[in-house]
Amino acid sequence: MRAREIGKLPSSANYEAVVIGASAGGFKAVAAIFDAVPLEFALPVLLVQHLHHDDDGAFAAHLAAVSKLPVIEPCDKEPIVGGHMYIAPAGYHMLVEQNGIIALSTEEKVNWSRPSIDMLFESAARMWGERVTALILSGASSDGTAGIQAIRAAGGLTIAQKPDTAEHPFMPQTAIDSGAVDEVLTIEEIIARITGLRPAIPRRERKK
Amino acid sequence: MTSTKNQKPEFEAIEIDLLLEAIFRRYGYDFRSYARASIERRIRLFLSASGCSSISGMIPKVIHDKEFFSRLVRYFSVSVTEMFRDPSVYRVVREKVVPLLKTWPHIKIWLAGCATGEEVYSLAILLKEEGLYERATIYATDFSDEALACAREGIYDLAKLQDATRNYQKAGGKRSFSEYYLARYDAATMDASLKGKIVFSSHNLAMDGVFGDMHLIFCRNVLIYFNRDLQNRALTLFTDSLVHGGYLCLGTKETLQFTDVSHCYDVVDGKARIYKKGICHES
Ligand SMILES: C[S@@+](CC[C@H](N)C(=O)[O-])C[C@H]1O[C@@H](n2cnc3c(N)ncnc32)[C@H](O)[C@@H]1O
Repeated sequence: MRAREIGKLPSSANYEAVVIGASAGGFKAVAAIFDAVPLEFALPVLLVQHLHHDDDGAFAAHLAAVSKLPVIEPCDKEPIVGGHMYIAPAGYHMLVEQNGIIALSTEEKVNWSRPSIDMLFESAARMWGERVTALILSGASSDGTAGIQAIRAAGGLTIAQKPDTAEHPFMPQTAIDSGAVDEVLTIEEIIARITGLRPAIPRRERKK
Repeated sequence: MTSTKNQKPEFEAIEIDLLLEAIFRRYGYDFRSYARASIERRIRLFLSASGCSSISGMIPKVIHDKEFFSRLVRYFSVSVTEMFRDPSVYRVVREKVVPLLKTWPHIKIWLAGCATGEEVYSLAILLKEEGLYERATIYATDFSDEALACAREGIYDLAKLQDATRNYQKAGGKRSFSEYYLARYDAATMDASLKGKIVFSSHNLAMDGVFGDMHLIFCRNVLIYFNRDLQNRALTLFTDSLVHGGYLCLGTKETLQFTDVSHCYDVVDGKARIYKKGICHES
């Protein structure tokens, strides 16, 4: 993977979405991010956190309690709205469709995971190209690395949690080793970075 | 990296459109209205296993080589399923649907997209325990002949039945799950008494017609593979197939909310996605 040219750093770019992948030990990091994202945040956030098969929306409920923005465990064909946080339900892959809706799928596991971070990231790369930011957080899995590469190849911004600040460094480290990560940041730095992203589209009226 | 990996997405979209069109015109199987992100991914998976160098390179093979086409269709039909999947749904069926089913002298049930049959045996067990099995006919359909053949056989990996036993208990099972199958070596054969009232047949929700006078339709985790148009087609088919007051049960992440038929149903249980057909109010 080539290094990005200086001056073409995506800091000046505009974004349409943030996608996040987290696995073992990712829960605290995810909760910290959801807690910190301000009410004015204009982009949709889509999260795959590897969950126990039996999770019955409890994880989403917990995040909803800390987040200022609406947290949704989406149904299939749910429209994606700016300023909403979408969490892949346990047992389903979550993908982005070209017409800006969420597609769920019970296809076979990818990297022993369903939902799989790669599935979300690869579809997000196709949908948003350079206008998406991807975060890879704590985990003991190698899920997400192929996804990070796809996002990077499409020109999007890729960020990994600094491995020595992650409860499980393996997943962000694997992504970094692939050469496709633009920035390696602590959770505090990640929060500052994503809340500072410039939206490509004015935020749509939020539905009550 | 393969040549297709670096190419422009617009070009790939053209190749995929042409491939799906070729399949439709040659074999009548309509995958043009499947959920796009998933079908594209499955085509890419098949491509890397196929030995072809590009998606458009698969088109002549699909047209002229029926065996190649069958292999591709196997990639398209995702048949992941399990016994008593989402156990709480079966509990709700027992509590909220069974009492009304009991008011009909004969009940017809359509299980659309039955895959390898785990779901239909689960339902048969529930009906037995509720004393409804003898007056029921269950039509179990799928468009995959291979999946239907497994469903008819009703033989499953014994290792998988551990999860099934756990699910059965969570689903409100009243007996010992081992009464329903015969274990031999590492395979479990579902009890023959579960099969008597099940009619297996091939039915394609994208092309085929109505099954009349159903009291309950189960169609779980099938609609998520369709785009909105095809979902609406299938749901209209279900609405036309149900008796007034009949029940429709979808997958736990499928909803009528974004569809054409939402105004024809009352919600019986939001979480279990169970709906009851009423009069279609104009919205
Ligand atoms: C994921 S399985 C669902 C199995 C089961 N209903 C469950 O929820 O566990 C999806 C099934 O839908 C079937 N299917 C896909 N497209 C179909 C179509 N057009 N008509 C009928 N069945 C279809 C597939 O062959 C597959 O067996």
